[in-house]
Amino acid sequence: MTFNIVVTGIGGQGVLTVAEVIAQAALAAGHDVKTAELHGLSLRFGPLECHVRFGKKVLSPLVPAGRADLIFALERLESLRALEFAGKKTTVLFDTRAAVPTLMSIKKQKYPSEKETENTINKFSKKGIHVPATKAVKKAGLDPIMANIYLLGRAVAEGVLPLKKEHLLKGLEIVVPPKALETNKKVFELGMANK
Amino acid sequence: MCENNCMHPLLQSSGKMLLLGNYAIVRGALEAGIGFASSYPGTPASEIGDTFAQLAKEAGIYFEWGVNEKIAFETAAAAAMSGVRSLVSFKHFGWNVASDSIYPMAYLGVKAGMVIALADDPGCWSSGQSEQDSRLFARVGHFPMFEPADAIECKDMTKKAFELSEKFQVPVILRLTTRVSHTSCPVKLEKMIKGKTTGQFSVDRWRTMPPRLLEVHEELHGKLEKINAWAEKSKINSVTKGKGKIGIIASGVGYLHALEAMDMLGLKLPVLKLGMTWPLPEKTIAKFIRGLKTVLVAEEIEPILAKDVERIAKTVNPKLVVRDRDSACSCELKPCSMAMRLAKLTGKKYNVPRAPAVPERPPVLCPGCPHRATFWAAKTAAPGVVYGGDIGCYILGIYQPLETQAFVISMGAVQGITHGIRKVSKQPTISFIGDSTFFHAGMPGLVNMVWNKSDSLVITLKNTITAMTGHQPHPASGFTAMGDQSKPLSIPDIATACGVETVKIVNCFNVAQTQAAVRELMAKPGTKMLVAEGECRLLFMRRARKEGRKVPTWQIDHKICNGCGVCVFEFGCPAIHYAGPPNDWKKGTFYIEQDFCWGCSVCSQLCPAKAIKVHK
Repeated sequence: MTFNIVVTGIGGQGVLTVAEVIAQAALAAGHDVKTAELHGLSLRFGPLECHVRFGKKVLSPLVPAGRADLIFALERLESLRALEFAGKKTTVLFDTRAAVPTLMSIKKQKYPSEKETENTINKFSKKGIHVPATKAVKKAGLDPIMANIYLLGRAVAEGVLPLKKEHLLKGLEIVVPPKALETNKKVFELGMANK
Repeated sequence: MCENNCMHPLLQSSGKMLLLGNYAIVRGALEAGIGFASSYPGTPASEIGDTFAQLAKEAGIYFEWGVNEKIAFETAAAAAMSGVRSLVSFKHFGWNVASDSIYPMAYLGVKAGMVIALADDPGCWSSGQSEQDSRLFARVGHFPMFEPADAIECKDMTKKAFELSEKFQVPVILRLTTRVSHTSCPVKLEKMIKGKTTGQFSVDRWRTMPPRLLEVHEELHGKLEKINAWAEKSKINSVTKGKGKIGIIASGVGYLHALEAMDMLGLKLPVLKLGMTWPLPEKTIAKFIRGLKTVLVAEEIEPILAKDVERIAKTVNPKLVVRDRDSACSCELKPCSMAMRLAKLTGKKYNVPRAPAVPERPPVLCPGCPHRATFWAAKTAAPGVVYGGDIGCYILGIYQPLETQAFVISMGAVQGITHGIRKVSKQPTISFIGDSTFFHAGMPGLVNMVWNKSDSLVITLKNTITAMTGHQPHPASGFTAMGDQSKPLSIPDIATACGVETVKIVNCFNVAQTQAAVRELMAKPGTKMLVAEGECRLLFMRRARKEGRKVPTWQIDHKICNGCGVCVFEFGCPAIHYAGPPNDWKKGTFYIEQDFCWGCSVCSQLCPAKAIKVHK
């Protein structure tokens, strides 16, 4: 069976980084892996969606609609956008942080509340797990850019990502620059511990 | 990748690596003994050039960013003409720019292998002008074309393309799409070959005036026939046996989506995978379709293969039903669109699940972006004029609330279009053009304006880098792709040399100064240029972070704010928001999200109530 993950957020949040950590971890664990990224225009504060699939033999690099096992969202509204990939077996792990799209502000639209987000997620998936990742990283006095790694730790602790901690740490070592590695490991542990 | 002195990871001698298609092409070229590479950045092809730039010195090869795709192609062609294996890469629109030089190269041929890595963008993820299908160019120009499906094939086919190109002395196209270039899988690294980096140009066959040209054309057809004979026998096109009278013919990533769709529906249909789509292996296709009732063609953008299959079927299997993907629209293939089609053909049940409607989030100029500052100053100083647009990050000026890109056509088109508008109307114009775009194809437009007496203002957005595609250097940057210092070209000096009489330079983050310059220049006759200087804020922020410097942020003093809404509804910085009732925003709150404020101060300058202060 192929395990399907859709990592989402907005450009600049480290969507590609955390997706690569997961992909490298899956490779280290001996799986076949495929990822699909987007570059260029989408990086400019637009929605960013990255697919990671691993298992014995992965076919398409894209997660088929409705077939995600895990939606890993770094932003609330983007967790809703990713519900295109949600079905009966999908867990939606999302950072409760909100980044209001400029267009919504200009059009004076109301950004969905935490409660509304959760209700919609529960309607379209197996379950939603809300995690105040950005808040927690800030509270620890660290750069909120690492909320992605915090959420990764939480995914392991929640048992919604079938990869071992040692492999994810190996993934971090490959992807994160050496001088930022220790802090990232710390944030990962923090995410695991705060369940 | 690596900032220190460690080896570039792609230069490891062996092992298995998770590689994006674009990285795998670079590795394939290294395993094929490449000596020379060139490119002009453009998504989804940019990382091919970026990677060559990172490792060229270490690998002992040469790489450069060309001023545009045509020049990049010409330099790579010259290397191959002189006996050095070369690769040129660009996005589909790059082919259009380079095509004037590309087509003759099929006739002239090459001495060493030459590969053209050409990346289409089905779904227009990073292309705002057209959803171009580049496969037809292979046919127009008589170029062999490979279509890899994933990173493994990107590497293998790059090597095969070099071999074939050198054997038949013709450039070979490696046709990529977004989901090939930007998808990764584990790739086994094989032995790299130290290629020739120096060659010798000798005057022999590089002049083809008629009647010799017509003979060469005939010879070229003969070459393609030989390549076709090779392709008909090669494993590059392969059949997977299956059950039933419905078959699939697939190329590129469509092949993997088709396999996925079959897996989803529990089907095992026969599949013909085409790795080489030009010259078309017609015998292979004829053999495959002979016993079938229906064929589904999995291809992206235009139904090109589907039409070929229909034509071939007329002689070998006239009753064959040929279907392409589910919708007639030119969009990218996905596993679910393939599954929908297959389900209908086989009588299986499949529905794409329902999803909620979510408010749009179009990409925006970053907080603190110099382009937003320039746009705002120009719009307020010269309201109601035609704001001409061009290609770069500043294309994002098309969105609300700035709306300073009335049209976007192609690289460097802005001055030609505004000039034409000036000639047939009384409407005043401003042409916005980025500095990389100015060098790429904007200079002739400026010369034309001066020569043909345009009464028009050009605003050059000078951030000294090619920002949109990942901050590649250009002729004003002062360094080359391989990091060597070079003379930074001065756009004001060029404009002056082109005959522009008034050229002004402003720091675009100074709103009043920029507004005054726009007003002054709009009042003058003739062709004028304003060079609006401002560093890409992404680079500024990265530098600050690296140096451990804190950039001061701004906040709205709610005691002073009168709720006019200019900062949100007219300026549109992604860090500034409004929370409150939608119809009476005097009762709501405007606020700056501190995480997103990159401290440019422009909002504080334009706030009519002077309510925006440094955050304490």
